[in-house]
Amino acid sequence: MPKRDLISIEDLSRADVELILDTAESFLPVLERDIKKVPTLRGRTIINLFWEASTRTSSSFDLAAKRLSADTLALKASGSAVEKGETLKDTAITLSAYSPDIIVMRHPSAGACQTLSANTEASVINAGDGKHQHPTQCLLDLFSMRQNLGRDLSGLRVFIIGDILHSRVARSDIMGFRMLGMDVTLVGPPTLMPRGIEEMGVKVEYDLANLKDADVIYLLRIQKERIKAGANFLPSLREYSELYGISQARLRPGQRVMHPGPINRGVEIAADVADDHENLIAHQVFSGLAVRMAILYRTIVGYSDSAASGEVL
Amino acid sequence: MERTWSKGGPAADLLIKGGRVVDPEAGIDASQDVLVTKGKVTELGKELKPGKNTRVVDARGMLVLPGFVDLHTHFRTPGREDEEDLATATAAAAAGGYVAAFGMANTDPVVDTASILRGLAETARAEAAIPIGFFAAVTRGLAGEQLTEMGELGAAGAVGFSDDGRPLATAALTRRALQYVKVSGRFVAVHAQDDSLFKGGQMHEGAVSARLGLTGIPSLCESLDVSRTLDVAEYENAAVHICHVSTAASLVAIERAKAAGVRVTAEVTPHHLTLNDEAIAALDANFKMNPPLRAESDRKALVAALQSGLLDCVATDHAPHAAEEKDVPFEEAPFGCIGLETAFSVLYGALLVSKALDLATLVTRMSTAPARIAGLQAPSVRPGAVANLCVVDPKAKWTVTAGGLQSRSCNSPWLGHELSARVKLTLAAGRLAWEDLA
Repeated sequence: MPKRDLISIEDLSRADVELILDTAESFLPVLERDIKKVPTLRGRTIINLFWEASTRTSSSFDLAAKRLSADTLALKASGSAVEKGETLKDTAITLSAYSPDIIVMRHPSAGACQTLSANTEASVINAGDGKHQHPTQCLLDLFSMRQNLGRDLSGLRVFIIGDILHSRVARSDIMGFRMLGMDVTLVGPPTLMPRGIEEMGVKVEYDLANLKDADVIYLLRIQKERIKAGANFLPSLREYSELYGISQARLRPGQRVMHPGPINRGVEIAADVADDHENLIAHQVFSGLAVRMAILYRTIVGYSDSAASGEVL
Repeated sequence: MERTWSKGGPAADLLIKGGRVVDPEAGIDASQDVLVTKGKVTELGKELKPGKNTRVVDARGMLVLPGFVDLHTHFRTPGREDEEDLATATAAAAAGGYVAAFGMANTDPVVDTASILRGLAETARAEAAIPIGFFAAVTRGLAGEQLTEMGELGAAGAVGFSDDGRPLATAALTRRALQYVKVSGRFVAVHAQDDSLFKGGQMHEGAVSARLGLTGIPSLCESLDVSRTLDVAEYENAAVHICHVSTAASLVAIERAKAAGVRVTAEVTPHHLTLNDEAIAALDANFKMNPPLRAESDRKALVAALQSGLLDCVATDHAPHAAEEKDVPFEEAPFGCIGLETAFSVLYGALLVSKALDLATLVTRMSTAPARIAGLQAPSVRPGAVANLCVVDPKAKWTVTAGGLQSRSCNSPWLGHELSARVKLTLAAGRLAWEDLA
């Protein structure tokens, strides 16, 4: 079986996506047991390479691998040979000597996963590369939506609000949401809206006038560096919050708020929304574990139906 | 005055039999034998007889064309001979049918004094398989601060002046350069780019960059600077050459300037004529160049402008990079691709076969026009001319491979691709510079 990478949502067919979500669902009972571990990937080796800060993605990948009984190895840029100037190609060759089955990588540069994949026999899973893609975030978002809003997500109206220009999450989510038939609207300041993004099949708006039409409101983190002098993406966080921040007053009953985290209270999300149990933010974190277990599992055993998850559990 | 140098060698005696000779300048497009004696074309005709020591080349089914001239090569010498030197660059050029090429000044050290230029000319006399020349920098160290001694550099043989790789950052600098270049009788070649719009750019700004999440380089980044440069050239009545035009908006500015009588010439690369920004999707660093591959609408406009003559010539912007520099994540890779060996093949396969361009026009844009801009006698196949020609097999298929190139670097966007048409023989300055005959 040739190795299978997950670098972009575009690497998956709709059937693949649904299989991952079904597999994740089948792992849920494992996570409720006293002994939260199955022997499924015993003897397999999974390396986590995080060249960029991460809390939830790196911890959930690590825990997911351990829940499946795989051996894991975690590497960060600081304290590694990267600080001595080793290239990614050479890191890939070095780590490949341990014959890993999967290398999970987060990297600040788009294209890093392709470089890694070209130099290792291991399957590469993208845990975020520059502003390019974050496919596992998209899959866990889809899982949270399916668990909370019903299995058929087609026709669901999603507003993605914030810094689309710099967001790898937005790009993966747009592809995944569109793939499952959702109606996607992007909202944000024109300075943070990529020129030509409409060609991904989305609507673009610069204000919240139509927010009432949304079933799901997906908020993106606003980075403080966007207001640095000279950048001129935003005049101030205060004005951003005024124009685009989501508080309970702006929501109608039944609208569900999502956020990939970490959140900026008082900027893109008001405390009353962040603390409201109706939001799906904590569920997204929870989903991260089951979905990443499913992704690791499918990457190793394959995406065919004959490798149905139930039989192996 | 000399503005090209090469190592020389024995003058060729050749009879090239039965090829289709296409020399638009001379009004020739016919099946003819070409007799080359002591490095000069001495006779064109049917059934010519070879002399006693004349080698006969069977060119039936092949094209015999005036050799090409490249106005935009990066020889990487001095400073990065690990990427290219004058021997490998000229071998690559000859294999692409080129009979002359001109190097840009952004080497290490920069070509900004006559002594550096004379040193390069010496190296060319020792190593260059075809005649080559050099641009000198507009500003010392390409720093954009202080003009070079253009008078002395021109007298030492600089073909023109360019800070290529860097724009002339202000209107004031552009103006001073276009004024002062007149002391040399040469021209300034401009890398048009508004740096304030370039910042962090990785690829053309558009739907593809939006999808990929790569920082865009807007077409405005180029066209604004082209417009400004041409306004200054008009005001100063100065000769200016626009390097590697990549956008339809720049063409509008060039068209307006030409109509107003501005002395402007412009070049376009084979990659901008044949590839578009969709090619970036695989994040292969060999497709990362500056200016970037643009939208399909830009590409089509460039092809039409080359056919009409609004764009005067093809130039390769041959930019070798060491393998380890390109074998990194896309966002970390340097800009540039090689192009000397593939230029004619790429354009022949992509544009002639589809009839977007005709052969006579392509030959003019690759040979006559760039030669004139450089102040060289245009290569010709007419009797009496020094033999500067190439023989091309239009039916040959060949695959670009890392090991199969004459260049020391292999950062080609066509790596692994099959191309049509191949240069089989090149005579440059009357000497055999390349041969690939079975």
